Amino acid sequence: MIDRHILSVTVRDRPGVLVRIAGLFARRGFNIESLSVAQSFQPGISRTTFVVSGEDATIEQVEKQLQKLIDVIKVVDHTKSKYVDRELMLIKVQVDTAEDRVEIRQIAQDFRARIVDVAREALVFEVTGDEGKLTAFIDQMQVFGIVELIRTGRIALPRSAADPKPGAKQARAA
Amino acid sequence: MKGAQVVLKALERQGAEVIFGHPGGAIMPVYDALYDEKLRHVLVRHEQAGAHAADAYYRASGRVGVVFATSGPGATNLVTGLATAQMDSSAVVAVTGNVPLPLIGTDAFQEADVYGITGPITKHNYLVKEVNDIPRIVAEAFYIASSGRPGPVLIDVPKDIQLAEFTGSFEVEVDLPGYKPTVVGHAGQIKRAAKAIRGARKPIMMVGGGGQTAFEEVNTFAEKTGIPVITTLMGIGTYPAGVPQSLGMPGMHGTVTANRAITHCDLIVGAGLRFDDRVTGKISRFAPNAEVVHIDIDPAEISKLVRAHVPVVGDLRDVLPRLTAELGRLDIDEWWETLEEWKGRYPERFKLDKPLVSQEVIQMFREATGGDCVVTTEVGQHQMFAARLFPTNRPRTWITSGGLGTMGFGLPAAIGASFARPGEPVVCIAGDGSVQMNIQELATIYRHQLPIIIAICNNGMLGMVRQWQEMFHAQRYSEVYLADSNPDFARLAEAYGIDGFNIFDRETAAELIPEVLARGKPAVMNFVVYESEKVFPMIPAGAGVDEMIIGDQEPEEADLATKEVKVG
Ligand SMILES: Cc1ncc(C[n+]2csc(CCOP(=O)(O)OP(=O)(O)O)c2C)c(N)n1
Ligand SMILES: [Mg+2]
Repeated sequence: MIDRHILSVTVRDRPGVLVRIAGLFARRGFNIESLSVAQSFQPGISRTTFVVSGEDATIEQVEKQLQKLIDVIKVVDHTKSKYVDRELMLIKVQVDTAEDRVEIRQIAQDFRARIVDVAREALVFEVTGDEGKLTAFIDQMQVFGIVELIRTGRIALPRSAADPKPGAKQARAA
Repeated sequence: MKGAQVVLKALERQGAEVIFGHPGGAIMPVYDALYDEKLRHVLVRHEQAGAHAADAYYRASGRVGVVFATSGPGATNLVTGLATAQMDSSAVVAVTGNVPLPLIGTDAFQEADVYGITGPITKHNYLVKEVNDIPRIVAEAFYIASSGRPGPVLIDVPKDIQLAEFTGSFEVEVDLPGYKPTVVGHAGQIKRAAKAIRGARKPIMMVGGGGQTAFEEVNTFAEKTGIPVITTLMGIGTYPAGVPQSLGMPGMHGTVTANRAITHCDLIVGAGLRFDDRVTGKISRFAPNAEVVHIDIDPAEISKLVRAHVPVVGDLRDVLPRLTAELGRLDIDEWWETLEEWKGRYPERFKLDKPLVSQEVIQMFREATGGDCVVTTEVGQHQMFAARLFPTNRPRTWITSGGLGTMGFGLPAAIGASFARPGEPVVCIAGDGSVQMNIQELATIYRHQLPIIIAICNNGMLGMVRQWQEMFHAQRYSEVYLADSNPDFARLAEAYGIDGFNIFDRETAAELIPEVLARGKPAVMNFVVYESEKVFPMIPAGAGVDEMIIGDQEPEEADLATKEVKVG
């Protein structure tokens, strides 16, 4: 069955590691729909989130192959259990009239989108949420005119009950 | 001390004794340091051959093989060798020079993105950026290459790093949080496996390349349970072919008995194999009635192609003895009756209707050596004939390119094996096509006077391709004819200072083979054989194991000119 999977891959922060991971997907014909990479809370360790669609069995094979990479520490397929996911979007919306401005701001408020830049002809909003929310916001703004838009790609964490193993606590500074 | 020396010292500390390699500009500091070291360096004539030699050195000894090459073309010449080692899980550490760090990425002279190129064909690779990292990286490379499922590791060392002053320490710890091979099998899974095996009435064991490290364990398991044993192309030598319990090789050119057993069995104990498509044929027709117990050290192999009902991840040396302890002799006499019947009907046999055929040449080598030698092969019909007729008796003595099927592997592999097992006779079963892909290494063989016999089954053809064209391409023999322009192999050998023989008939072959073997010197024996021999049985690509074409292995095909042989 073809499904969308959110894979969290914890890696050692080494040059080349992303290329290797991307290579594993590419070799099996997967398109990476979104990718986000950033430092984790441990030095030298990064956490990456891949969104890919594919046959469940093939994804499982990719997971195992990922696990084999020396610089990959952990692979989690969030879609196998309960998870929370978020994405951040910056969106610049065209403002033609004063009425539009009021209406846009009203919609933004409903979506809890933050205004991060204000100009006479455009507003830039910061929106976070799951995919559905971002898509809905984009739909709403379409009528006013979207000038530019960028999304970070999804990030995800398992819900607490699904991942009972807590990270080591760091001693508090005295 | 400079980085170049550190590379050598670090290799020495890992136990490296022999290095195969070829120098060049970007690795000159290392070669300069080598001048003062006691490390043994074998100068090959092509880096690809160096990689194959290092690969075979590991396969023959279990000690990591090391190869050096320069940047750019030197390193790209390694590519086929690394891919071969990766496919066959062979522990190789390759050290390449590169242009100085500040020039990397500038299209400098002899620069290639070796780190990028070799990523997908190595178990792991490194680009060294700091001279003091060298001891740690070398230690990690050896550990990664040789542990878990072995594989090649490449270390790319820019020239300025080789020349930089070392201020670090050789006392390093290998700490790889993302790499923890599972060696010890799960107790519960072993119990489940034992239960399944006990319940089987028609079980078989299939041993692959992973069995090369577990000869004792495989044999004890087989002996105690009485299970029929099939050895894949990579598993040859892990179980003696001559023992009645052996059914031979499975797959595309496997024995009738092995393939029938697969189709009819109710359980497979797969040990250290990966169910390659040349073994399984069409997956949906592979062992349709079998429960599969799959023991392998690489979890990614479990259920990759053939679904494992009872997976056991671990080292065979751990899992098999524990499994053996759970089991007694299996109650499978009826199954054995069937198998015996097939074995009786389909012994190895070949037609002697021409003055000389490859199969009898290979059989003569088996008779003359008793299988107590190292066999390497090139790739083609002769390779399949050798797998069936010339299996060796001990582990790490059958060396062939299985996964990648690399023509040009056998000759340099013989060199690597010979350095790994000094003094032992090495026979390279070669084809006239393949042998020309690394023929320049005759110089290396001559230089070290290695006791290697290169037996060329010279059919004047790219025989395996010709066979496919005959059977599946309406006899349209496109670009497979070699005879009109093959060299005189005996004279070619002599030009390298090696004894060469051109042999045209069976009488001369029978006389010369034992004689040349007894000399313990390098030799090239060129056997001019029948051009249209075919390898049977054969499972056409994409067909099921049960759709095997038995061809001239069918007893009805046998006539007076057919020789039946007992292998082992
Ligand atoms: C490097 C490489 N190129 C091409 C092939 C495809 N191939 C497989 S077998 C074969 C013919 C080999 O001819 P030869 O060495 O004479 O052996 P024969 O089959 O005649 O015994 C070829 C071309 C290969 N396996 N490896
Ligand atoms: Mg040939």
